[in-house]
Amino acid sequence: MTYLVLDQLTKRFANWTAVDRVSLTVEKGELISLLGPSGCGKTTTLQMIAGFLDADGGRVTLDGQDLLAKKPNERGLGIVFQSYALFPHMTAAENVAFGLEMRRINRADRDRMVADALRLVGLDQYGDRHPRRMSGGQQQRVALARALVIKPSLLLLDEPLSNLDAKMREEMQIELRRIQRTVGTTMILVTHDQSEAMALSDRVVVMNKGRIQQVATPQDAYDRPANAFVANFLGRTNLLPGMVAGGPAGTTITVADSVWPVAEPVAPGPGALAVRPEKIGFVDAGGLRGTVQARVFQGTQWLFEIETAAGRLMVIRQHDGSPLPAEQERVMVGWRPQDMAVMPADPEAAGASREAA
Amino acid sequence: MSMAASSETDAPVPATAAAPPPPRRHRWPLVPYLLSAPGLALFAVLLLVPLTMTFLLSLNSFSFYGGIQDVWQWGNYADIIADDYFHEVFLRTFRIAALVTVLCAVFGAPEAYILRRMKSPWRGLCLLVVLGPLLISVVSRTLGWALLFGSTGLVNQGLMALGIIATPIEFMYTETGVVIALTHVLVPFMVLSVWASLQRLDPQVENAALSLGAGPLTVMRRVVLPQIIPGILSGSIIVFALAASAFATPAIIGGRRLKVAATLAYDEFLNTLNWPLGATVAVLLLVANVVIIVGCNRLVERRYKQVFE
Repeated sequence: MTYLVLDQLTKRFANWTAVDRVSLTVEKGELISLLGPSGCGKTTTLQMIAGFLDADGGRVTLDGQDLLAKKPNERGLGIVFQSYALFPHMTAAENVAFGLEMRRINRADRDRMVADALRLVGLDQYGDRHPRRMSGGQQQRVALARALVIKPSLLLLDEPLSNLDAKMREEMQIELRRIQRTVGTTMILVTHDQSEAMALSDRVVVMNKGRIQQVATPQDAYDRPANAFVANFLGRTNLLPGMVAGGPAGTTITVADSVWPVAEPVAPGPGALAVRPEKIGFVDAGGLRGTVQARVFQGTQWLFEIETAAGRLMVIRQHDGSPLPAEQERVMVGWRPQDMAVMPADPEAAGASREAA
Repeated sequence: MSMAASSETDAPVPATAAAPPPPRRHRWPLVPYLLSAPGLALFAVLLLVPLTMTFLLSLNSFSFYGGIQDVWQWGNYADIIADDYFHEVFLRTFRIAALVTVLCAVFGAPEAYILRRMKSPWRGLCLLVVLGPLLISVVSRTLGWALLFGSTGLVNQGLMALGIIATPIEFMYTETGVVIALTHVLVPFMVLSVWASLQRLDPQVENAALSLGAGPLTVMRRVVLPQIIPGILSGSIIVFALAASAFATPAIIGGRRLKVAATLAYDEFLNTLNWPLGATVAVLLLVANVVIIVGCNRLVERRYKQVFE
């Protein structure tokens, strides 16, 4: 069932368009991530949904109701801010109770709901602490409890984990996922961290320069990126220039001296082939010829750099005892056709991939 | 023997790497004192010595024919404590100071908040207007008020021309006039002080309160105000201290009839030439100021102790 609909949502600032005709539908109970580099428009989109910024065009409907017509304090959304934005002069329990007070819920119910919310985030012992006396992770949990206790129709999370250290972040990811399963609230998560987005979301929305690049499940976006930007942004990738051609046996892409069958409908002409380093293996025939430039041992895996006629390739092989080529050895690399994605050549993105390599 | 042993045990330890470098101040114990000596000397010469001398002077006695007598006694304090006239002056001084402080907080805090939300270039321009009173000499500013407030002044003429009042309202030589003029002068201190505490306010906190269903007024009252209390308090301390010891404004607007502690002390020194009594008034003003300010500070800090950390 379609729950939240963004329709051609647009925000223009003085000299650039921060959000450019963004359209998206979110199902009830879904956790969806807006993912992209800083300045891609993800936070602006969130702020328009929350009502802190006015949209310059487009519509937002939540459960059939026009959201943009309501004031921010009438939208009933839960928001977790990057800075947590806790009220420093109130205790954790008072922070959580604030939204209930605004809804004029009686004292007894309020106390019970606050206790439940604090228990949900594992802070039942910390109700009378002030935010300054709590760690970043604990403050984060208070912010989450405060946003969840009002039973919001939609929970917006703006870079919620970016202020935590790496270990804490992983813990909170699991916690957030557990809470989302427990309460079943529809959530929109804004993040620039692709691993966070992939770990948490049902679907990711990859954005760049105010536009949506791809909407897909994390696995799909990772395995079959829609374009070079997505391929590069979601983890390390090898982007090889090639020539797409149609033939009697189906569409193929030719990369240097190798030919690969193409499943997706791509127009003939210059194209690009994206394949993940861990999907490439050493083969005996039917692959791309190259020379091992470097090999680095990384504990659980080996990292190879292979020089080929199509460019430099990064290859990751598991350290599982199988024989691996040495440096300067002539090799042939290959991959399964379903592990690669083919896209039209994008001069801009190709430049970005060269930078990344 | 023992020396040899100790050097042997010391030798293998890579002392430079393992031991933390000794704190420098142990080697130069006098340095902090030497560095702060100029400041301390200035403080002593310009503040402690005159204060002590004023206090000693307040213990002397005075007679119209014999002048200042070099005796030590508490007679001046007893006189002031016993005399209703002095009570009235001190009460008026602190009533004015308290009113000015409240008015400065009432106008200054919202002013600072509005200023912070303004966009440049309006923000800079409006800040300049707010700070304007501080840039003008106290005498010309106060005389300006006198022109505006006098019975033939612009305000009264205007109100009478509009038919709102029949006879001029007395601003000159009244407490109302002094309070208005002092508020005008001192409000910038409140604005600057609240401004500083607004800088530390996370702007998202207001959005958070909005998202939880609070209306704009509730956001102000429950979220913003408690967090800028430290700024309002420090502004109030500055305003109260300056208002209670203000001289030029009460002297010109209040005139000779409406005396406050500062003008009283001035008159004792320069008109009656009763220096010891003037010094006593000055000392009492200082003591009362310190007691009131410290007391209020304690009270507010205890009430809002979480935001003061």
